[in-house]
Amino acid sequence: MTKNIMIVGVGGQGTLLTSRILGGLMEDAGYDVKISEVHGMAQRGGSVVTFVRYGEKVAEPIVEEGQADVLIAFERLEALRYAHFLKKDGVLIVNDQRIDPMPVVTGAATYPENIIEDLKKQYTVYDIDAMDEAKKLGNSRVFNNIVLGMAARHMDFTKDQWLAVIEKKVPPKTIEINKEAFLAGYGRE
Amino acid sequence: MSKKEIMLGNAAIARGAWEAGVKVSSAYPGTPSTEISENIVNYKEIYAEWAPNEAVAAEVAIGASLAGTRALASMKLVGLNVASDAMYTAAYIGVNGGLVVVVADDPGLYSSQNEQDTRLVARSAHIPVLEPSDSQEAKDFTKLAYEISEKYDTPVFLRTTTRLAHSQGTVELCDRVEIEDKPYERDVAHNVMMPGNAKKRHIFVEQRENQMKKDACDFEINRVEMGDTKIGFITSGIAYQYVKEVCPEASVLKLGMVYPLPEQLIKDFAAKVDRLIIFEELEPFFETEIKSWGIKCEGKELFTLQGEYSANMLREKILGQKVEVKPSQVTARPPILCPGCPHRSTFYVLKKLGIHASGDIGCYTLGAVAPLSVVDTTVCMGASIAVLHGMEKAKGSEWTKNWVAVIGDSTFMHTGIISLENMAYNQSKGTVIIMDNSTTGMTGHQDHAATGKTLDGTVVPAISIYKVCKALGIENVVEVNAFDTAELERVVKEETSRDALSVIIACAPCALLKGQKFPNKVKAFPDKCKKCGACLRPGCPAVTKTEDGKIKIDETMCNGCGLCASLCKFEALEKYEV
Repeated sequence: MTKNIMIVGVGGQGTLLTSRILGGLMEDAGYDVKISEVHGMAQRGGSVVTFVRYGEKVAEPIVEEGQADVLIAFERLEALRYAHFLKKDGVLIVNDQRIDPMPVVTGAATYPENIIEDLKKQYTVYDIDAMDEAKKLGNSRVFNNIVLGMAARHMDFTKDQWLAVIEKKVPPKTIEINKEAFLAGYGRE
Repeated sequence: MSKKEIMLGNAAIARGAWEAGVKVSSAYPGTPSTEISENIVNYKEIYAEWAPNEAVAAEVAIGASLAGTRALASMKLVGLNVASDAMYTAAYIGVNGGLVVVVADDPGLYSSQNEQDTRLVARSAHIPVLEPSDSQEAKDFTKLAYEISEKYDTPVFLRTTTRLAHSQGTVELCDRVEIEDKPYERDVAHNVMMPGNAKKRHIFVEQRENQMKKDACDFEINRVEMGDTKIGFITSGIAYQYVKEVCPEASVLKLGMVYPLPEQLIKDFAAKVDRLIIFEELEPFFETEIKSWGIKCEGKELFTLQGEYSANMLREKILGQKVEVKPSQVTARPPILCPGCPHRSTFYVLKKLGIHASGDIGCYTLGAVAPLSVVDTTVCMGASIAVLHGMEKAKGSEWTKNWVAVIGDSTFMHTGIISLENMAYNQSKGTVIIMDNSTTGMTGHQDHAATGKTLDGTVVPAISIYKVCKALGIENVVEVNAFDTAELERVVKEETSRDALSVIIACAPCALLKGQKFPNKVKAFPDKCKKCGACLRPGCPAVTKTEDGKIKIDETMCNGCGLCASLCKFEALEKYEV
């Protein structure tokens, strides 16, 4: 059975690194893996989405509407944008952060209120202010591994498997802080 | 056990070229093909370079092939337009060492200005095309392309799409095979395409294509997977994966060579299935040809010409399942210039002066959207300069007084330089702004001839854009720091009012450039904020408002360029050293 994971966020938030950690994890576990990424113009502060699929044999590299088992959102509005990609019993992990898109900054559009509350009415949602947590750890850039740690609770891999792949995929100087960040998320209910 | 690795489609192509014994690779960066060169450069047995544009890249590869080695050029779809002059004739000449040109199409327009289909170019140029459907095939087909190239004496296109180029999948690694260089022999009838020789080669080209059409029926990469015969699909590339996802039981003819088509194989397959569906992204390329043989099939009446295909498309159109898609009416998040981007500063000045810009291809295309709204036109690489020139010749220099052309340094070196030559030669009076951020920004920071570094990082003398402009005989060439808004404003006013051709080089490195240091950040003092909105006008994503409408800086995003602070009259924003 193929499992479908999506990572969504704002260009520059590090969705690519997260997808590569996930891909490495599944590769180490012996699965067939496909990852689909966004490069180029959309990376410049636009809405970005990365797909990770794993199983015995994976055909298409993308996750489509209604098919995601786990949706990891690094920003609230992006969680809202992609929530309908979730399966009925899918899980949404959302970083409670607001980044205003340009139409909101210029006043041409508004940033929706109560996104997380509304999503909770429809989906299984776990939220965390990972940016705040990351600052407590002393490095705001590791927020994505806090979110990933939370998501890990809802996937079938052991803590050690996760830590081993993080060690391989993040820059050497940041291994410890990234592991710490992951564990901070992993320990959250 | 052989080694396996998860690889990006583009990395797999690079690996395939290496395993195939390729010796020379040339390319100009273009999404979604860029990572081919960025990976190939890691294989020390291959000479790999960034060329100033795709025509040069193709010609370099042709030269390496004629000299007797296997060669590669890679480009995005629109890059092939630039290279097509070379490729149409390379098809006549054929090859000595194998010649493969990777062309990456972009269905869905993730990072391109049109949605053209490379297969149509291939057909008119009579160049065979292979199309892989995952990373493993990307590697395998690259190697096979060299065998086909040498066997049939033809350049070969390897066609990918964004989805394939930027997807990762498992790839089995093999060793490199060192190919002995083919001996070089002077062969004017083969290699000098003047009319008398080209007439004869045209006959050969036709014979070659007919032969391939026949042989392609036996190519293993054109694979029949017989299953349930109620529905049969003819498909290729990434679209094949959607078919396997949704209709694993159906019969499929998977085309690995998508031009020329294996006519007999297709006819035999069509005869075995009750309903024949052609599932191909972009143009009805297979469909048109198959229908011309009198075969009944369905294609574009079910599926679109635009965008990417999907499994849900098949679920809906073939299985009749209604896919519940909640159309999320969510506020859009279009791409924007980064915090600390020097283009923002330049556009801010142009906007303030009420200037229209003839735009070009690069991050600065984003100068077209609110709140900057400066760029009026974007056509293709290098067009900004010639479009402005055309406007001036049509309407006179009074009309273009409040116009400039804006072009990046890499795009200027690509084709802009030729258009500037035209402006100088034909006595244009326009103003060209070269937004020099010292890199090819949008594709992910590649070097070019004016940065002073090659693809493998070797430091070389940088070509001076200033001196190039001067050498074209342009008298008014001014270099300005893009972040010095006061000076930039003065220079733009002066040069646009001048009754002569001017070039302004607005310099400041890209904020994302490796090694770029940001010694400053900006701090907000909301108490002093009068809500005038001046700092919001340049549209920096790090500058937003609090709920009560006062100013707020996201300091994790801020790169400290200070543009916003320079616009605040109330000291509510202050630049400080970190």
